[in-house]
Amino acid sequence: MKPRPFDYVRPETADEAVAVLAEHGDEARILAGGQSLMAMLNLRLADPAVLIDISRISELDTISDLGDTIEIGAAVTQNRLLAWPHLAAKLPLLAAALPFVGHFQTRNRGTVCGSIAHADPSSEIPLTLAVLEGEVVLRSTRGTRRLAASAFQQTMLTTARTADELIIAVRFPVLSGRGVAFREVARRHGDFAIVAVAALVENANTVRFGVGGMSGRPEVRRIASNGGSAVAAAISQLTAELEGYDDLHASARMRSDLLRNLGPVVIEEAIRCTA
Amino acid sequence: MLSPLGTSTVRKEDPALLSGRGRYADDLPVPAGTLHAHVIRSPHPHAAIVSIDASAAVGKDGVWAVISGEDVRKLSDPFLVALKTPVHQWSLAVDRVRYVGEPVALVVAESRYLAEDAAELVEIEYRPLEAVMDPLAACRPTAPVLHAEAKTNEISVRKFTYGDTKSAFAQADARVALTVDFPRLSFTPMECYVVIAQYSAAADSYDVLANFQGPFSTHPVMARALRVPGPKLRLRIPPDSGGSFGIKLSVFPYVVLTAIAARVTGRPVKWVEDRAEHLLAASSGPNRITEIEAAVTKDGRILGLRLDQLEDYGAFLRAPMPGPLYRMHGAVTGAYDIAHVDVTNRVVLTNKMPASLIRGFGGPQLYMALERLVQRIAVELGLDHIDVIKRNLVPAAKMPYRAAAGSLYDSGDYPRAVASATGDGRLDDLRRRRDAARAAGRKYGIGFAAVVEPAMSNMGYLSTLLTADARDKAGPKNGAVSMVTINIDPLGAVSVTADVTVQGQGHATVLAQIVAAQLGLKPDDVNVVLEMDTAKDQWSIAAGTYSCRFTPGTAVAAHLAASRMADKLKSIGAKQLNILPDDVELAHGKIRSRGNPDNAAPFGRIAGTSHWSPVMLPEGMAPALTETALWSPPELEPPSSDDRINTSLTYGFVFDMCGVEIDPLTYQVRVDRYVSMHDAGRILNPSIADGQMRGAFAQGIAAALFEEFKYDDEGAFLTGTFADYLVPTVSEIPPVEMLHQETPSPLTPLGAKGLAEGNCMSVPACIANAVADALGVRDVQVPVTPRRIHALIEGVGP
Repeated sequence: MKPRPFDYVRPETADEAVAVLAEHGDEARILAGGQSLMAMLNLRLADPAVLIDISRISELDTISDLGDTIEIGAAVTQNRLLAWPHLAAKLPLLAAALPFVGHFQTRNRGTVCGSIAHADPSSEIPLTLAVLEGEVVLRSTRGTRRLAASAFQQTMLTTARTADELIIAVRFPVLSGRGVAFREVARRHGDFAIVAVAALVENANTVRFGVGGMSGRPEVRRIASNGGSAVAAAISQLTAELEGYDDLHASARMRSDLLRNLGPVVIEEAIRCTA
Repeated sequence: MLSPLGTSTVRKEDPALLSGRGRYADDLPVPAGTLHAHVIRSPHPHAAIVSIDASAAVGKDGVWAVISGEDVRKLSDPFLVALKTPVHQWSLAVDRVRYVGEPVALVVAESRYLAEDAAELVEIEYRPLEAVMDPLAACRPTAPVLHAEAKTNEISVRKFTYGDTKSAFAQADARVALTVDFPRLSFTPMECYVVIAQYSAAADSYDVLANFQGPFSTHPVMARALRVPGPKLRLRIPPDSGGSFGIKLSVFPYVVLTAIAARVTGRPVKWVEDRAEHLLAASSGPNRITEIEAAVTKDGRILGLRLDQLEDYGAFLRAPMPGPLYRMHGAVTGAYDIAHVDVTNRVVLTNKMPASLIRGFGGPQLYMALERLVQRIAVELGLDHIDVIKRNLVPAAKMPYRAAAGSLYDSGDYPRAVASATGDGRLDDLRRRRDAARAAGRKYGIGFAAVVEPAMSNMGYLSTLLTADARDKAGPKNGAVSMVTINIDPLGAVSVTADVTVQGQGHATVLAQIVAAQLGLKPDDVNVVLEMDTAKDQWSIAAGTYSCRFTPGTAVAAHLAASRMADKLKSIGAKQLNILPDDVELAHGKIRSRGNPDNAAPFGRIAGTSHWSPVMLPEGMAPALTETALWSPPELEPPSSDDRINTSLTYGFVFDMCGVEIDPLTYQVRVDRYVSMHDAGRILNPSIADGQMRGAFAQGIAAALFEEFKYDDEGAFLTGTFADYLVPTVSEIPPVEMLHQETPSPLTPLGAKGLAEGNCMSVPACIANAVADALGVRDVQVPVTPRRIHALIEGVGP
């Protein structure tokens, strides 16, 4: 478990990182917290010629309150965000989901944007970003663009990022005073979820509902929340629509049943939260 | 003075371990010029090796050698095993690979990075063969045969009959039968294997440092493989180890492989196993399929028992396999008074990694079958499970009790232990919780398990797998010799060495307590050195740390050595204090008159006499500087001509009781309350005992709910990372209420029994019984994962 040889570059600024990335494109990989990438390097599953370490770029290590959104830079670790004093007030759904991301030790290294970039289909941070309808900020030497979460994450471990683009931040919309709830089923605390569900109350009649672990990316739907049977029917319809998938820990059928079981629970919890 | 024995002395080991000053194999300095090895492993479960072309790799700068099975065949012999069968294993695959992960070639280079880079340049051509993964399928005549010379994969079948099982079944009111699968799992130590080997061409000898755990019966296996007499394989064990749990026996093929690499290159060679290799190919407990059937009266009394145990050892049988099938043999009737039992033991090979030692060693497999059966007896007869257990327990009046297959249960009061554990409202509380949960429509079950916990294995147990005739020809095998040496330095300081390997158990602390108690010292006054050097330290084939041999074995040898040293010091002291030896006592760091404590000398002054002034010794006494005691209990007899075998020296008792609730939304099993009662005889250090029991409990939970090595039908390995092979963390381990009863063993002077494996044996069965009770199902497969619960609840395939 030793990586193949690679060059290591540690730029001081985001522009410098983007320049190195422009030069190497597909041959380069971005290293932030390294919680997925280092294991892949050691297993020789990833084979970059150049590793660009952005973890010490201070301009990316910022949490900015932009009023209607919170922008989190690419070097911000999950634990730093968890310790941000305004998290629960501004981003209560993220505050509920973050403790499920790995373990204390991995959150010390793992970054918020790293989870977004890795795009695991059952990962908590991408699910939260999808439910909040946030954005990913990408920069290249060609300029900066912002992509909606739904446009960014395409399918399992695949995103709309082009080879020369660096994720410099993600933006989570501030939706204060709305009821939220998050639940997941994992074999152990800190594991990737088998199925994760999140709910956000939009108004008296509508809940935004998201599920991870049922397809290649988080799925978000607006569900009419007036009456338990309507919710159950909507979840049932979503279960029929998403096929789930088989892996060592769960069958597709079990994933469907988890969604059917937990969807109404998390929605009810979010509504109770509003009241 | 209060004896330091029986108290929770603070562990001597902890200051170093807790402050990052442990000395582990990978931390120790290596000789200048040491090379590093990387193992190339088979990607196929079964294939012929057509060719290996290492020319490009060897041509790379910094690469010293690429060693193949052909080289290994020239330089070494196959490993010896107890079962005489033409299944040959070398340290690298020869001609054929038989499991994914099997070592095929070894790259030796100036760094591990270079070795791994060079490994990608080695071209190996395989011709894939059909693999067989299912142990039942492997027994069929049409199955692909792993070892052509053996002609079959079912390489050993032994049938045993004790008593008159036929009549017992004829007289029974009912028969209850069950088939139980026990899966493959390991207890992955934090530290993986490490070997550093040197070869001396001048002496044709090997000097190897490895985190090997024993049993040292494997030392001759390694020496024979290397074609040298034992003393020419000097094996050193480092002072600290990052856990073992049985797993570090199986470093031994790599000891031989790395030694060969040192010989080939003429340089010291170091190999450090990484986690991916460890999960893929280090070791596993064997999986077992047991068909078990009881002949019962209508009130649940078991008259007779039949077991057919098919155990899957993977691609090879490695010493000391098939241990798990035979280690429990004498105690196959568990905690129950059953006079008539038939046992069939079958050993089968499949295309999986070879199975070997693991904490619990055959106990979890046996008790999963036996304890599940007892629960089924209750269900099928309409009785309460706890009543069926009570009705069959060995009564206290029968102790010491000779079990049907030969074990001599040395002491215990099982009914009293069960009564105490279920008493004080504990069982009532579980029933209340169950009734309330069920009334609310939730799924809640209560489970029990009663197990006998053997300790200190009879070295002769494995010969039970031979027929009585074959045993007669080979000569008897039995016993288990334990050895401890006590030394006294010129200023009277006491030090101890022993025949155990360190794995973190706290043996240094307990040995210091035992010796200090005899010499009137404080445990801190006794220095214990447990790193092992086979060229200089005392050891027998039984040496090592495994099968709970420390407490009934090494601890007793320490007690005997210290008693003898104390007697000699009393004689020396008597002469110097001018009193009679009977009047001398060793207490408070002094050697003094019992009648007149003021007539005293410091321990060190009298203990140092043999160094400085042999003239002051009592007439005829040899200098008292060192004392080595050997402990070989007579109860460990060879198997009898009718195959009865006392497999272990002491037998503790564990009774577990738990309540579990199954979440109908998430399919997870939540352990609501867990009570575990232990009788391990006299407890030498309560906090260390508690640590051992909690560790075994955690690993019992792991086996019950989380850990399983999985292969697909074609032989691919599916659990190669810790994201797939799930070791529970502290968050997943429920609280446990530990209870104790102390019935000293009459067979050892300390009265203490082994205690570190019982919960590995009891917990999986207890949880499975509770799940069966909660869901009202007959078949429960551990680990009881959400996927399996989902299949049971929703009635779909897993």
